[in-house]
Amino acid sequence: MTEPITFSVKALSAGYGGHPVVSDVCFSLRKGSILSLIGPNGAGKSTILKTISGQLSALSGTVMIDGRSLSSMTGTELARKMSLLLTDRVRPEMMTCFEAAAMGRYPYTGRFGRLTEEDRRIVTSALDRVGVLSLAEKDFLEISDGQRQRVLLARALAQEPEILILDEPTSYLDIRHKIELLDILLEEARCRQLTIILSLHEIDLAEKVSDYVLCIRDSGVLCSGTPEEIFTEKRIRQLYDIQEGTYLTGPGSIELGRTGGEPEVFIVGGAGNGLPFYRALARKRIPFSAGILFENDLEYGTARALAARVHSVPAFEEIPAPVFDAALANLLHCRAVIDAGTPVRAANRRNAALLEKARAAGLPVCGGPDALEQAIHVLGCPNQKEET
Amino acid sequence: MSGGTAAFSARRPAPSCSDMEFLGREEGQSRIGGIRPSYQHDHHSRNDGHVPFSAAIPRQRLRRKVRCSMKKIRIPLMFALLTSALLVLLALSLGIGSVPISPGEILRILTGSAADAKASSIILKIRMPRVFGAAILGGALGLSGFLLQTFFRNPVAGPYVLGISSGARLLVCITMIFLLRLFSAAPFICLMAAAFAGSLLVTGLVLLFARRIRSMSTLLVVGIMVGSICTSATDFLITFADEADVVNLHSWSLGSFSAINFASLTPAVLIIIPAAIGAFLLSKPVGAYQLGENYARSMGVNIRTFRLLLITLSSLLSASVTALAGPVSFVGVAVPHIARLLFGTSRPLVIIPASFLFGSVFCLLCDLIARTAFAPSELAISSVTAVFGAPIVIGLMIGRQRRREND
Repeated sequence: MTEPITFSVKALSAGYGGHPVVSDVCFSLRKGSILSLIGPNGAGKSTILKTISGQLSALSGTVMIDGRSLSSMTGTELARKMSLLLTDRVRPEMMTCFEAAAMGRYPYTGRFGRLTEEDRRIVTSALDRVGVLSLAEKDFLEISDGQRQRVLLARALAQEPEILILDEPTSYLDIRHKIELLDILLEEARCRQLTIILSLHEIDLAEKVSDYVLCIRDSGVLCSGTPEEIFTEKRIRQLYDIQEGTYLTGPGSIELGRTGGEPEVFIVGGAGNGLPFYRALARKRIPFSAGILFENDLEYGTARALAARVHSVPAFEEIPAPVFDAALANLLHCRAVIDAGTPVRAANRRNAALLEKARAAGLPVCGGPDALEQAIHVLGCPNQKEET
Repeated sequence: MSGGTAAFSARRPAPSCSDMEFLGREEGQSRIGGIRPSYQHDHHSRNDGHVPFSAAIPRQRLRRKVRCSMKKIRIPLMFALLTSALLVLLALSLGIGSVPISPGEILRILTGSAADAKASSIILKIRMPRVFGAAILGGALGLSGFLLQTFFRNPVAGPYVLGISSGARLLVCITMIFLLRLFSAAPFICLMAAAFAGSLLVTGLVLLFARRIRSMSTLLVVGIMVGSICTSATDFLITFADEADVVNLHSWSLGSFSAINFASLTPAVLIIIPAAIGAFLLSKPVGAYQLGENYARSMGVNIRTFRLLLITLSSLLSASVTALAGPVSFVGVAVPHIARLLFGTSRPLVIIPASFLFGSVFCLLCDLIARTAFAPSELAISSVTAVFGAPIVIGLMIGRQRRREND
């Protein structure tokens, strides 16, 4: 990226009524890049966005846009550089979607706000880019929330800004609309060199859309950097103060808390075959062990997050005897064994031995499509136990 | 949203995109493929420029074209209709009364070639000021209601609801009691000034609170409370005042256009007309403000100045009306809504003049009914405006709720 720096914030302190909510915020952005603000509720993401967009005056520090300070710009000058998508509920009466999007031309139109042919072309193009041109003549109040969000995004684009600021644009949207919205943003950033700053709650999406990430926590910037630097288990755990549950770096997803206690089921898995069993047992709050897995296995992260105990070996290594013995000892203390159906090859052939030993010890080894039902049947439903 | 996941084959005329790899986009596959229904037909045909009118034009586009042209003529058509209604009502109001005067006679009187001195004096001294007063004050009320509804972003905001009339009534009451003590008769101009001051006092108080209260609906409640305090203060004064001192207050409180003469109408017009022009000049920021304060600010509207202008103009307008005609209910609330429905838009450039025009028509009609329905006794103007206005407001509220439930 060799684009010039278009937006920079130095030692910014922001808040309401003289009381800072966040302080010492610093970052700078190159033209056409996307910055995400992530962090827990109430950390001050919105306050930062309001301040760098001029909606709220800064308590101290400077915001520079193209080398000019934000505070020295008039409303119209700023509006031609920057537009916003807010979380505000917008409910104008009797206004078509086209008219709502056309409001974006405000800083360019004359005394009475009449649209020229050029203005209409720009608004039409903005509606087209966000995919709501077909709604242009519809009443703004008669479309769905997701569509309204898009019309408001078209409004922001029609303002022809260099910088677009979005406050939690994906909240309240369903998954498809989230994906589509972020795709539109990526397209605008890459193809039109729009600089985008947004706050997001969905860390998995933040990882996929951002060039830079700013983590806001405890009234300040906890850390900042590229998504590769930020989205690590440790950072995310620290940022959101996660006690239960796990953030998996690979898929960028989260797992719920682990069930504690002595494992009751041993799952012999691998190659992703164990995943449905881990999730099902975690949902039922039944503690389980998983083994023996290679540490590059698809399901290894989830097993680490959910299983009471995981028996694993480094990738591509044959299973050594000590690991096998530990797994076997653990297995013999369980009440049921699940064979997830992972094919046994040279490297993991000791998993087959594990299953054999279980059968020899008289433990129920459940396999096939109804393995889970079998295992749960063996364990017995705790509710039924109480009744008898 | 249409469920059309149909492949959007014709890709948008994509701007040169250097980062195709990064976007992971495949040829012929749109990033936002699923969300477009069949509009691409019109999109492309629009780009073609002059497409001959033929069956090949998709029906949807045709329908939109018809709707567009309907919309285009709707606004001038409504303006023409309302202007004709205004002229007809002006003529009717001048002609109808205890002494009926024919339109021909009215024309002769206006051109100064009439013989009948009595008829001439009825028209010029009694009916003309009243009729023009009703028209101009009605317009002012409608416009003031529109501005207040914009300011408070609340559909029931209006000069009467906000306690502006109650403030005026309090000061009129004080003036009547204390000036009567001094002069034995309060001159009409003093009452006017008192009503004007009272209206501005209440809006001033509301404005004072507005600096500390961010929520507009809370501020509206504050306005109503201030109005209640004024009402109770007035009632307190009435309880301990001499019956004779406040006997006129009752008739003032009912509201009427009957006391208007040219001497009192002139200063009001001098306030109303510039205020109305000022409001019209504000139509651009009013439009932006419809998207909310924050969006308006982000587009370059100076919110502080804008809100101050808005409330000043609307209180000047409603204070002028209250000073001349007393409290007139429901015109300010109902007129902007009906204007929006009639014109099918909320664009301030249209609705500001429309509210004024429709307010004029509405008040002229109500005044005509108030004068003639039970002649020779005259109804209070508010009784008539409420009979028409209140059901309309209720209907509108039900309509809004239904729309919200559909959300």
